[in-house]
Formats: sequence, structure tokens, C-alpha cells
Amino acid sequence: MLRLTDIELVLAGRPILHHLNLQVREAEIHSILGANGTGKSSLAYVVMGLSGYQPAAGRIMFRGEDITDLSIAERARRGITLAWQEPARFEGLTVAEYLEIGRRQAGDGNMSPAECLRKVGLAPEKYLSRAVDATLSGGERRRVELASVLVMQPRLAILDEPDSGIDPLSIDKIVDVIRTLSRSGSAVLLITHHEEVAAVADRASSLCGGTILKTGDPAAIARFYRNHCQECPHVNRPVLEEIDYV
Amino acid sequence: MSDQAAEFVAISQAYQAGGGDPASLLDDRFASLVVSHNRVLRSHSIPGVRIEGRQTPTGADAVITVDRGVTVAAPVHLCFGVLPKEGIQEIRSEFHIGEGAKVSFLAHCSFPNAVRVKHLMRAKIYVGRGAEMAYSETHYHGPEGGVEVEPVAEIVVDEGGVYRSSFKLIQGAVGTLKLDYRADVNKDAVCELDAKVYGKASDQIVINESLSLNGENARGLAKTRVVASEHCVSTVIGEAVGNAPGARGHVDCVEILKGPHARASAIPKLTVNDELAKLTHEAAIGSVDKRQVETLMARGLSEQEAVDAIVKGMLR
Repeated sequence: MLRLTDIELVLAGRPILHHLNLQVREAEIHSILGANGTGKSSLAYVVMGLSGYQPAAGRIMFRGEDITDLSIAERARRGITLAWQEPARFEGLTVAEYLEIGRRQAGDGNMSPAECLRKVGLAPEKYLSRAVDATLSGGERRRVELASVLVMQPRLAILDEPDSGIDPLSIDKIVDVIRTLSRSGSAVLLITHHEEVAAVADRASSLCGGTILKTGDPAAIARFYRNHCQECPHVNRPVLEEIDYV
Repeated sequence: MSDQAAEFVAISQAYQAGGGDPASLLDDRFASLVVSHNRVLRSHSIPGVRIEGRQTPTGADAVITVDRGVTVAAPVHLCFGVLPKEGIQEIRSEFHIGEGAKVSFLAHCSFPNAVRVKHLMRAKIYVGRGAEMAYSETHYHGPEGGVEVEPVAEIVVDEGGVYRSSFKLIQGAVGTLKLDYRADVNKDAVCELDAKVYGKASDQIVINESLSLNGENARGLAKTRVVASEHCVSTVIGEAVGNAPGARGHVDCVEILKGPHARASAIPKLTVNDELAKLTHEAAIGSVDKRQVETLMARGLSEQEAVDAIVKGMLR
């Protein structure tokens, strides 16, 4: 459903993504593993079409359509959305209103905002009337972000480290949300450092130096990541012999 | 229908357009004061709340007294306005909130047809020991922007007292707004000043909120939110002075520019005269935050819809 071909991204004169090729299938959970600074978030932003993240070369195809030059809103209306690792805060905008914006994009039969909040472990009676502002903790805000993706019922959900800052006991909630998205037909492009979360994926890709090194079985990719990337002495300068171990 | 009754109906309609409930103005359970131009159309007291309104050549004088220890269950309704295209309305008011009393005020100021109107508010507010007062003022203006609005308040919050004010001018164009609120905050007292303004057309906006934190552990917040669009020019001065040990003050200003011709400036002014006092400030001026806009666009809103939703939330 999503195909990135030969993507080149340059930010402030520095190459960030290089010759990047990636394919995500319908309703697939596809995790991206890579050390800090390898371009994971940039990849997410390129797919969402954020300003400043237009690729210098390459094409992005989504369900057979070239979306490379479409705006963020146009991509969202085609069913793509993004949950930021550090989501924005909005003075005066309530959680109910925030979720309602996403719900309008969803078709009939989607989950209600209250159901989505419950799914991420937040009691709707406590949270729907609260503002999406600085009074929410980082963890609460990230859960609201996940709920806003869930309520939108997207065709492709890009989740940028949804487990970041979430207490370990709540990781199963995150995994449950990802599975719920997939069961309802959403593909998920999942960026995470957390192996327990990555294990939910159908396939995984390893990212280094702005390039996808390997795509395949999540357990094998995770093993490679654990053995070679977590304490990598040559981040963004992949050693081809090591890649072959995957 | 008498002239006075007809004018009451007209000002009630303007009150409603500004978000007020006109039924509350005639409900004898609620204390209220209604002044249209320079005519005091209603001045209604209830047990524990005395409202004395007196017509003057250019407006009205009002003295509002809340008795010591009284908790006023429903808000006191204040309705001011000028319905003709031209005129002047000067309201001189005094608020005396007795020790331990608790009261809230809902004030609506309506100028739906203004082309050349001057609206001057001169308030002296005394919040007694341990008393609590909330004052919410909402303005309703027409599209012409021909009003000079000058709300000026001198506020004293006595020991352990709490004063919270909210000033909102987001409907219509104002013309000129010069808001000047100055508060003296005594020991263990709290004062929060909050102003939200949407400037349009050629509006000239000057907001000055000043907190003198004079007593031990006095607390103050001066918060301003302005959206300046079209050719609006906005200046916000937030001032706090810490004069006593444990005094804490914060000045918080956000101004958003919409369009290439709007202008905004923020001037925070902090003075500490006691080594155990602490003051902070934050100010942000510019266009709407890009991350906020892109977040809402990623949920399907257009860029303009996203900006409108962000601005609406901020000015709520």
C-alpha cells in the first residue's frame, strides 16, 4: 500500500535519508529499528509530508497514487496520519475536541472518542473535558495522541516511538492499540526502540545511515539490532559484512 | 412600550448577542446592573449584595457592596453598552467585597452599531481579607471597529483574598483598546489577570497588566493572549513587582500575528525588591506554531482550518 522508492532527503545541506526504499503492505504492522540519528523520525515526517521534509529525489506511492507532492492534509484525507513522539499541545482545545477532529475523517462504525481513550488507558470521564495543554503529563499527552490516531481509523498510522515516556506497565496498552489498528484494517509504520513493542510487527526493517539495510522477520531484525545497533561503534556507516548476518 | 422598556429590550438583545442570558437581567434572584448609554435601566440588589447605580451626564456611577461573610450563589450580572452609532459611556464603579465573602461577576459590554463610541470603565476594586472575587468581562462589538475602549482598574486584594479577572474581546472589531489593570496584592493573597483579544481591521490594542506583590507570599499572574490580524497593532506590557518575602509572580504573554500587515510587541517588566521574592515571565510572538498546525493537518484539517481551531482554543 505504501512504497517509497529511492528517497533522498537533505536537511540543512546534510543528507538524512539516502537511496531509501521501503514497502508497507495493507494492514501490516511494520516496525523500523535503528539507533538514534539514523533517520527514523525523518522517514516518518517524509511519509506524512511535513514542511521541510520534501524529498530531493524519489517517489512516494500510496495505494497506487503518487502522493510525493501532496500536502499533509491531502495525505490525511487519503487515510495517512502520524502520532508524534513529542506531540504538540493546544491551549483551550479539549481532548474531546481534539479527538473529534480525527473522528470526522473516519468512516461509519469507528470507535467513539471515549472508547479510544479507554483503549489507551485513560478514563474518558476524567480526560474528555481536559485541555490538550501543558497540564497533561508527557505520558498522558502521548496516550491522547494514540487515541486520536485510533479514532481516525486511518489506512496508514505512522507511530513515532509511541512507547517513549510511557511507564513499563502500560506498554501492553500500546501493543493492544497497535493490534487494534491492524485488526481494523490499518497498516502501521511503527518506530520504536522497545523490543517488546517491536515484537508485535508482522515485518521489520533496519535503518542505518538513512538507508533501509534489511527488511524481514521482526525477530531476526530485532536480533540484528540488539547485537549490532544498540552499541554500534559506526552509526550511519553500515558495515556490509554485519548486515549479511541478518 | 415606554422608551425605557424599549431600550431595555434593545440592550438585552445586544447582551444576548454577546453571549449573555437576557433572562438573568430580569430575574429577581440575581443582583444586576443594566446601563445603556447613560441611562441606568435596572439596578437590583439582593440580600448581601447592594448595587447602587446613578446616572451621570456621560454614563453612570455604581457602588457594589458585598457584605462580610456572604457567599453569593449566582453571579452578579452587569450589562453595559451603547446602541447608537455615536456616544460616550463612562462607568465609574467601586466594588467593596467584605471579609470572607465570595462572589462572581459576569459583565457584558455591547456596541453592535458603533461607528464613533467611547467606552470608559474606571473601577476601584477592594477584595477584603479572605474574600474571593471573580470578574469576567466579555465585549461584543460590530464590524465597524469605531469604539475607544478604556478599561482601567485599580485593585487591592487584602490578606488571604483572591481576585481573578477575565477580559475577553474577540467578537467584532474594537477600534482602540487601552486596558490598564493595576493590582496591589497583600499577604497570602492571590491575583490573576487574564486578557484575551482578537484584533482585526486597524485595531490598536494596548494592554497593560501590573501586579505589585506587596505582602508576604503574595501570588500574581498576568496572562495575555492576543491574535492580531489584518492591520492590527498590539502592544502588551506585563509588569510584576516583588516587594515581600515569598512573593511569586508570573507574566505570560502570547501574541499571534495573522497576515503580513499585523504588528505585535510584548514588554515584560519585572522588578524584585526583596531577595526572597521570585518573578518569572514568558512571551511568544509570531505566527501560529508550525507543529500545532501540522498536527491538526495530519488529522485532516486544511491549514486555514487548523489555524482557526488553534486561535479559537487560545482565545476561549
